[in-house]
Amino acid sequence: MRRLSVSLVCLLAAIGCKKEQGSGMVGAGAKGPIVVGEVGSMTGTEATFGTSSDRGIQLAVSETNTAGGVKGRQIQVMALDDEGKPEEAATATTRLIASEHVTAILGEVASTRSLFMAPKCQAAKVPMVTPSSTNERVTQVGDYIFRACFIDPFQGYVMARFARDTLHVDKSAILKDVRNDYSVGLAKVFGENFKKMGGSIADEESYSSGDVDFKAQLTNIKNTNPDSLYIPGYYTDVGLIARQAREVGLTVPLLGGDGWDSEKLYEIGGDALLGSYFSNHYSVDDPSPRIQEFVVKFKKAYGGQVPDSLAAQAYDAAGMLIDAMKRASDLSGPAIRDALAATKQYRGVTGDITMDQNRNASKPAVVLKVGKGGKYEFAGKIQPEGAAAKAEPAVERGPKKTEGNTAPDAAPGTMPTPTTMPAMGADSAAQSAATTGQPQGVPSGEHPKR
Amino acid sequence: MTELLQHIVDGVSLGAIYALIALGYTMVYGVLQLINFAHGDVFMLGAMIGWYLSARWTSEALHPSWLGALGVSLFCMLVCGTTGFLIERFGYRPLRNSPRLNSLITAIGFSLLLEYGGQTVFGPNPRAFGAMPVDPGEHFTLFGVAISYLDLISIGVALLLMVALQLIIFRTRIGTAMRAVSWNPSVAALMGVNVDRVISFTFVLGSVLAAVAAVLYASSYRKVEPLMGLMPGLKAFVAAVLGGIGNVQGAMLGGLLLGLAEHLVSSYVSSSWKDGIAFAILILILLVKPSGLLGKGTAEKV
Repeated sequence: MRRLSVSLVCLLAAIGCKKEQGSGMVGAGAKGPIVVGEVGSMTGTEATFGTSSDRGIQLAVSETNTAGGVKGRQIQVMALDDEGKPEEAATATTRLIASEHVTAILGEVASTRSLFMAPKCQAAKVPMVTPSSTNERVTQVGDYIFRACFIDPFQGYVMARFARDTLHVDKSAILKDVRNDYSVGLAKVFGENFKKMGGSIADEESYSSGDVDFKAQLTNIKNTNPDSLYIPGYYTDVGLIARQAREVGLTVPLLGGDGWDSEKLYEIGGDALLGSYFSNHYSVDDPSPRIQEFVVKFKKAYGGQVPDSLAAQAYDAAGMLIDAMKRASDLSGPAIRDALAATKQYRGVTGDITMDQNRNASKPAVVLKVGKGGKYEFAGKIQPEGAAAKAEPAVERGPKKTEGNTAPDAAPGTMPTPTTMPAMGADSAAQSAATTGQPQGVPSGEHPKR
Repeated sequence: MTELLQHIVDGVSLGAIYALIALGYTMVYGVLQLINFAHGDVFMLGAMIGWYLSARWTSEALHPSWLGALGVSLFCMLVCGTTGFLIERFGYRPLRNSPRLNSLITAIGFSLLLEYGGQTVFGPNPRAFGAMPVDPGEHFTLFGVAISYLDLISIGVALLLMVALQLIIFRTRIGTAMRAVSWNPSVAALMGVNVDRVISFTFVLGSVLAAVAAVLYASSYRKVEPLMGLMPGLKAFVAAVLGGIGNVQGAMLGGLLLGLAEHLVSSYVSSSWKDGIAFAILILILLVKPSGLLGKGTAEKV
């Protein structure tokens, strides 16, 4: 017991010191590292989300630090694990703000968890940048919440476009995870857009993340004879769903969103996934020099590991934040917030990022095809014309948004939001030309052979 | 009609696995009146060890054979049996004479220890399990119903083990001792029954069944991860209560009913309400018959 209390005292002392250091930093300003908080699921069922993001962030930060840091100060990342639980994410955020006095917060991947964090950041006026939470509501929490990715409506729209224009699907079914905001959001927008584009939804079924038996839903879906099945879930469940879909005799292509992106998807789903497509933020096969350069750097830093899109986005989110901190007049919350909101044409690896008035990044999406041996082949790139679902006119008037593998289509007239239009124009066209070149499927996620 | 039969087959094969896990809960409750919450995690341990043995330590998963599958199962049974024994010996036995709540909290503690310890030791990522030489997709068709060989194996093995368990409980000395302890431990001890040994045996038996369930479950669903014991554990516990906790046939019946209810609700009512409605049915049954379907309405001993 005595030993316990001694160690407790030590622990308290350590925490006390840290706190002091933190508050000192805020007061003095000029000295010591800039502490940036990070919240992620380092453990739990979605652990690869957290660890991948962490690697992306660490890489961006270490590059900045090597290059001299921000305003002459080094950046220090304080990363906390939320175990994939929303409540833990909220607790971690409170801790970062209250006891670590962080300058800004990066995280979370899952929209559900970001939604728990955002109100805390907003209340404390600490800018929060989520690398990959695509649910619309996240940035609606307040003006201190930003994201480095596109929003759900866009992903649902991308897949609806791709299914209609490239796969020529007339009738699709949907299987969504009712326990997940992200999945429900994507399913809704996909359904709306798909119908608007002249398709029909044969059946809409649900599951709860963590389920292992989907045969009942899949049998129902099979009985409606759809041409494709949209499953906007996470890789942990999708692999199993794919297997069971084939078991009940459902052979149509499966479509999904960025939640599929993990090497584990194919490890569990195996060949049942062949010929399936999902929308994503970037592809390692994208021949753009920016991406290839990033892949090389990442592999070098992490023992040959290929960066997944979460790593790339986290890298961009951190880069965007660092960029804003450099431009900000000082390192106070409001100053960084203003600088983030003014982000234009930030040259991220996942594309040129411009903040729209709702603090959502507008940038292109790629569609990947699952090929033999779990290779994700680059199947096309879709620009954010009429990105948000609300922008009906854009949807109506875009006759050929799916460029597939061919020419880039970045006509200024069809760019996302009016405010960002002029800035996007020319540069973006060049960028697209560089990135949409060949559809070549170089092996991407190296499949761990265990 | 064919569709209904298909849902019944799928439901029964899931239910058979719930039933195997439920047996562990119900037997331990029978002898100790303790709900061993760590049971679902012993099940997880079986699956993880099975993965390690078949995919990491050997290349069994690449060329699965029946002999290999048997070997993997036996090894999992050994590890789970030992774990069950150790949990009882060092976790529950010292608390045997303290209030029952203490054991219950210890059980929850063990459950969390195995879950999060498992995440640290095994890593949190899901892994693909493949120890059996049949793929979950391989099936034959009977009256238009696709029956997978793995489902058939699951149901067959589960039935076989349930019969064996009945024989152990009703036809052997140790089974008689188990029933005696479950009736009244102090009287059984006075009659010369070694209560500690009987309780240890019960834990080992339950854990071994969980190991078999784990291998079957992991082969059918292919995915193993350290938190996989959570839902099946919870559902098996519910199945045990539904059938009448402490009653072995009840656990089997409860497991089958739960598997069926899940499948039928999601196919004919709504998949969004699957768990909600399945559990609501259970609540209704318990309202009408609080001791469970096969439970005997015994008055609380004072």
